[in-house]
Amino acid sequence: MKLDSKIPEGHISEKWTNYKDHLKLVAPNNRPKIDVIVVGTGLAGASAAASLGEMGYNVKAFCFQDSPRRAHSIAAQGGINAAKNYQNDGDSVYRLFYDTIKGGDYRAREANVHRLAEVSGNIIDQCVAQGVPFARDYGGLLDNRSFGGVQVQRTFYAAGQTGQQLLLGAYSALSRQIGLGRVQMYNRHEMLDIVKVDGKARGIIARNLLTGELERHSAHAVIIASGGYGNVYFLSTNAMGSNVTAAWKIHKKGAYFANPCYVQIHPTCIPVHGTNQSKLTLMSESLRNSGRIWVPKKKEDAEAIRAGKLKPTQIAEADRDYYLERRYPAFGNLVPRDVASRAAKERCDAGYGIEDNDTNEGVYLDFSSEIVSKGKQAAYAQGNHNPSDEEVIKLGKQWIEEKYGNLFQMYQKITDENPYETPMKIYPAVHYTMGGVWVDYNLQSTIPGCFVAGEANFSDHGANRLGASALMQGLADGYFVLPYTVSDYLANDIRTGKISTDLPEFAEAENSVKSQIDKFLSNNGSKSVDHFHKKLGHIMWNKVGMARNEQGLKEAIREIDELRKEFHNDVYVPGTANELNTELEKALRVADFMELGQLMAMDALQRKESAGGHFREEYQDSEGETLRDDENFSFVGAWEYQGDDINKETLHKEELNYEFIKIAARNYK
Amino acid sequence: MAKSALLKSSLAKKYWMALTGLFLCLFLIGHLIGNLQLLATGENAALNFNKYALFMTTNPAVKLLSYLTYFSILFHAVDGIVLTVQNKKARPVGYVKNSPSSNTVWASRNMAVLGTLILVFIVTHMVNFWAVMHFDKNMPLQKVKIEVNGMEQELYLTTDGGYMPVAQVEQGNIEIKHRTEFYDANAHVKIKEGYKDLYKVTVDFFKHEKWGLIATILYVFAMFVLAFHLYHGFSSAFQSLGLNNPKYNSLIKNFGKAFSVVVPLLFASIPVFIHFILK
Amino acid sequence: MASKYINITLKIWRQKDAKSKGQIETYKLDNVSTSSSFLEMLDQLNEQLVGERKEPVAFDHDCREGICGMCSLYINGRAHGPDTKITTCQLHMRSFKDGDTIYVEPWRSKAFPVIKDLIVDRTAFDRIQQAGGFVSVNTSGRTMDANAIPVAKHDADRSFEAAACIGCGACVASCKNGSAMLFVGAKVSQYALLPQGKVEATQRVLNMVRQMDEEGFGNCTNTGACEVECPKGISLENIARMNREYLVASIK
Repeated sequence: MKLDSKIPEGHISEKWTNYKDHLKLVAPNNRPKIDVIVVGTGLAGASAAASLGEMGYNVKAFCFQDSPRRAHSIAAQGGINAAKNYQNDGDSVYRLFYDTIKGGDYRAREANVHRLAEVSGNIIDQCVAQGVPFARDYGGLLDNRSFGGVQVQRTFYAAGQTGQQLLLGAYSALSRQIGLGRVQMYNRHEMLDIVKVDGKARGIIARNLLTGELERHSAHAVIIASGGYGNVYFLSTNAMGSNVTAAWKIHKKGAYFANPCYVQIHPTCIPVHGTNQSKLTLMSESLRNSGRIWVPKKKEDAEAIRAGKLKPTQIAEADRDYYLERRYPAFGNLVPRDVASRAAKERCDAGYGIEDNDTNEGVYLDFSSEIVSKGKQAAYAQGNHNPSDEEVIKLGKQWIEEKYGNLFQMYQKITDENPYETPMKIYPAVHYTMGGVWVDYNLQSTIPGCFVAGEANFSDHGANRLGASALMQGLADGYFVLPYTVSDYLANDIRTGKISTDLPEFAEAENSVKSQIDKFLSNNGSKSVDHFHKKLGHIMWNKVGMARNEQGLKEAIREIDELRKEFHNDVYVPGTANELNTELEKALRVADFMELGQLMAMDALQRKESAGGHFREEYQDSEGETLRDDENFSFVGAWEYQGDDINKETLHKEELNYEFIKIAARNYK
Repeated sequence: MAKSALLKSSLAKKYWMALTGLFLCLFLIGHLIGNLQLLATGENAALNFNKYALFMTTNPAVKLLSYLTYFSILFHAVDGIVLTVQNKKARPVGYVKNSPSSNTVWASRNMAVLGTLILVFIVTHMVNFWAVMHFDKNMPLQKVKIEVNGMEQELYLTTDGGYMPVAQVEQGNIEIKHRTEFYDANAHVKIKEGYKDLYKVTVDFFKHEKWGLIATILYVFAMFVLAFHLYHGFSSAFQSLGLNNPKYNSLIKNFGKAFSVVVPLLFASIPVFIHFILK
Repeated sequence: MASKYINITLKIWRQKDAKSKGQIETYKLDNVSTSSSFLEMLDQLNEQLVGERKEPVAFDHDCREGICGMCSLYINGRAHGPDTKITTCQLHMRSFKDGDTIYVEPWRSKAFPVIKDLIVDRTAFDRIQQAGGFVSVNTSGRTMDANAIPVAKHDADRSFEAAACIGCGACVASCKNGSAMLFVGAKVSQYALLPQGKVEATQRVLNMVRQMDEEGFGNCTNTGACEVECPKGISLENIARMNREYLVASIK
C-alpha cells in the first residue's frame, strides 16, 4: 500500500483553514446515531471525547486507570507552548512552527507542525475559559517562561504542575459530557484488540479489569489516544501502567507503526538506586539553568566517591570535569536534551560515574556556584557590599529555595540527601517516544476509521520533541483536529446504523484475546512477568538506548526474539481470568512490548544516520555530534506487520518534503 | 432546591450546629456574669443575687432568650446526634490500626462524647437549681435576722425593699400564696412579695454535709468537659459558617482557646469558692 | 547512595473481592533496601509471593511520582504513611526500622468500597465532579482571548493551590467521619476564585454537595485530619469557602 499523507495543497499558512472549510460535516440530528470509541483519557483522549460528545456523537471512552483523571499527561511539569506573543518578544505561529521542525531535527511533517502552531493559541484560550489556573503576573495577565531550544518566552505554566492542571481541565470537560449522558465512561477497562469489519475499524474488545470479563464495543470510528511506549525500557519516567498495547494491537491489524526508534532520553532524572527500582523520577529541565553538571577528573576520585570514602564537596575545583561546559562552551549546561544525555553516558561509560549502583551511572548537578553568585547579588541588592561568606550562602540558598523549593524537597524525599548542601545526582532516563502509529494529515491510521492522537501517533515531533510541546500536541489533536477530521470520515456513516457486536468479526477478535489470556494462565512457567520485562528493559537500554550501533542492534534483535520465546514458554501468571488480576494485565502488556522492542531495534538498524533522539555511533562527526543523512533518510519509516515473526515486518517510506523551511544542521557549540 | 438544601444537606447541619453553638457561647457569658455574683461576700450578696434571679425569671425579654436557649440546647444536641450517627455510618468498617492522634487533637475527635456529658450535666444542673427555682413548693424565701429592740427577729425581705416578719406568717395572719406572695389572711389581699432564696439553695447545695464535696467535684469536672468542648467548638463554628480568613484565623483561634479556658474556669471557681472558702 | 537492608513484618489486608470478608495476613519480607519506595517494597513482596505460587497483593498505583493520585494505602494507621505532604509512592523505606511491623490497609469509607485487597472504588469522586466540577464552556477554542479578563494574581494562586488536589482520597480515609469535604471544597474553591467559574457558582456548589451527600460521605466536624494528611497540603480554608458559597447559594 502506498502511504498517502493527504497533505492539502496550498501555502502552508492556508492549508488547514482551506482544508477544514471543505471537510464534510455531519448534521446535528444525525450525530446521535453515530458511535465513537476513544481509548485513553489523557490530554488527547479526554479532549477528543469531550469535544465529540459535545458535538452530539455517542462517545464511549476507555481508560485502564480507576479514573480518567489519572492518565499520565498529569505528570508533565514544565508547561505548554503557544504562539501568543504576549511577551512581545517576536513570537509568531511561524516561529513556533520553525522551532518545532528544527527541534525535531528535520524529521517531522511540515503541514502537521504548522497546524499545531496555528491552533496553539486557541488551546490557551480554551483552557483559561475552562478554569485552568495558569500562573499570572501581578497585573493579572498570563505569565510565560522560556524553555530549551527557543529564543522567546512562549511557555504557559501552572507552577511545576502544568500537565496536571491541563489534564484536569480536559477531565472537567469530559466529566461535564459524562454528566450530560453524552459520553459513557469505562474506567478500569483495557482495550485488547480492535475489530475490523469490511476493512474499517468498527469496534474494540476491552477487558473489564475488575471482573475480567471481555466486552465487545462497537462504533463507527475508533480513536486511539493511549500514549507512548517508553515502558518498553522497563525503567522510564512513564507511569507503571503506561503501555503500548492499544497502539500495538491496531498495528497488528493493519496500522503502520512509524519511526519506533525515536525515543527521547531526558538528561535530568534521579539515578537508579537498585534492582527493585520500579520507575525513574524526572527533575525538571529548568534546574539546568542554575546547576552545573560535573564528574571527577580522576577515576580514583570517582571510585572513592562510589565507595563512600569521599564526598563530592571534598573534590577540589581543579579536580572536577564540567564536561558540558568543556565540550559545548556556547550552550554549556543548557544544550538540548539529547546532547546532554549522551554526554553523561559518555563520561559514565568511561568510568567516571559517581553513583553507587550496579552500573555506576550518575553525574553531579551542582548548585554551589549558583548559591554563591545569587547570594552575592542578593547581598548587594540589600545594600551589603561586603557580605561574609556565611551571609552569601544563606541568601543564595534562599534564592534557590524560592525558585526550585518544590523540586529540592522532592529530591530530598526520594534520596534522603540535601541538595542545598551536596550536589544532586542525576542521570538520563527514557521520557517520551516521538515514534508511534503512522497517521495521515487527518490523524487517521492506515486502518480506515481508526484515528490516533497524542503521543500514540508519530506526527509532530520528528526525531526529537521540544520541551512543553507534548501538552500542546495532545490538546491540539483532541480539541481542534479530530472533531473536524473524524466528522469528515463519519459523514459517510449516517445511514450505516448501529454496528452489531454479534458480527463474526467481533467473535473472532474476542476469541483470539481469550485464547491469549488462557495461554498465559495455563502456561505454568517458572518466572514472573517482571523478570522478563526487566530483561527486555536491560537489552533495550544497553543496545537500543542513548547510543546505538549496528552490532548492538543486531544482537538486540536476536536477543529480544529469544527472550520473547522464553517469555511465552516460561512466564508464570497466577490467578484466573475472571477477576482483578494485575499479573495478567502486566503479561498482556509485556507481550506487546517484546514485539515492539524488536521492531524498535530493526528501525534503529535501518536508519543509518543520527537524528534527534536516535544516535548511531557510526554516524557522528569528528567531535561526537549527530550526523544526519538528509539525502537518504529524510523519510518517515512506517512498518507494516506481517505476522508473528517481527523480522518480517516491511518498511514503507513517506518522503518528507520541506517546502517552506530550509534544512540546516543543528549546532550548539 | 434551596429550601431543602438549608434543612437536609450535610452543610446545613453544620450551619445549625455552629449557629446554635455560638448562641450558647453567648448564653454562657450571660450566665457566667450573673453567677459570678455568688463570689461576692458581704451583707447584700444574697439579696443582690436573689434580685438578679428574680429578674431573670420574670423579665419578658429574658424569657424569650431563655426559650431560645432551651431550643438551642435541644437542637444542638439532636443535630449532633444525627451527625454522629451519619458519620458512624460513613465508615462501616474501621481500621485495624489507626493513629488519629498524629493528625488531630483529642477534643476535636470527641465532641459527641463531650457533648453528651455536657447534656447530662445540663439536665442535672437544671434539676438542681432551675427546677427548684421554678417548681419547688418548698423553695425558701429570703429571710434576714435583725435585732429589733434588743430582740432578734426573723424577717422576710420583700421586693419593695421592706420586710415581712416571719412570725406573722407563723401566726397565720399572713398567708404565702403562689410561693412568693404575702396575702392578708383575712382580707385576701396581696400585700407584699418575697424573694426566692436561690442564693441559699445554691450555698446549701455545695455545702451539703454529705454531698457538698461530691457535687463540687462533679461540677468542676463538668467544666473541664465544657472546656474541651469549647476548645474545639468555638473556632470550629466559625469555620463551619465559612468565616475563615487568613487575616483573622489566628485571632479567632486564640480567642476561642482563651474563651474555652477562662469561661469554664470562672464557672468552676463558684462551687469551689462556696464549698471551701465561703463561711 | 548508602542504602541499608532491613527485614520487616507486614500485616496486610487481604480480601478476595467486594463481597468476600477480608482479614489481615502476615508476611515476612527480608532484604528490603531502605532506598526503595514503599510501593517498590510491595513489588518485592509480590515477586516473592508469585515465586511461592501465591496470589500477589493487589494495590492501586500508576505514576509513582506523587501526582496521579492513584496510590492510596493506610499505613500504620495513617493515610499515605508516617511522612507528611507525600503520597505512598513517595514514601521511602528509610522511614522504617529493621524489625518493624507495618500495617497496610485500604481506605475505609462507605463511599469507597473495597474491590480487592488494598484497592478501593473511588468513582464517587468522579460522580461529584460530573455533578458540577466544570465550567460549562464548549470546546470550540473560539472563546475570548485568554488575556481578556485579568485575574488577580492572589486569586489565581489560591485557585491553583486548590486545583492541586490529586483526588487520591486521603482526606476521606483519614477523616474520622469519612468526609469528602476537603476534596469538594477544593474543587468548588478552584472555580469560585476565578471569574470564569463564578458565573455558575451557585448551581455548582449546590449540585456538588448534593452528589457528595448522596454518595454516603460523612459530615465535616473540623478535626483537620484531612489537611494534615493531604499530600498536596490543600488548606481547610477551601472547606470554609465551600461552606460560604453554599450558604449564599442556599439563600439566593
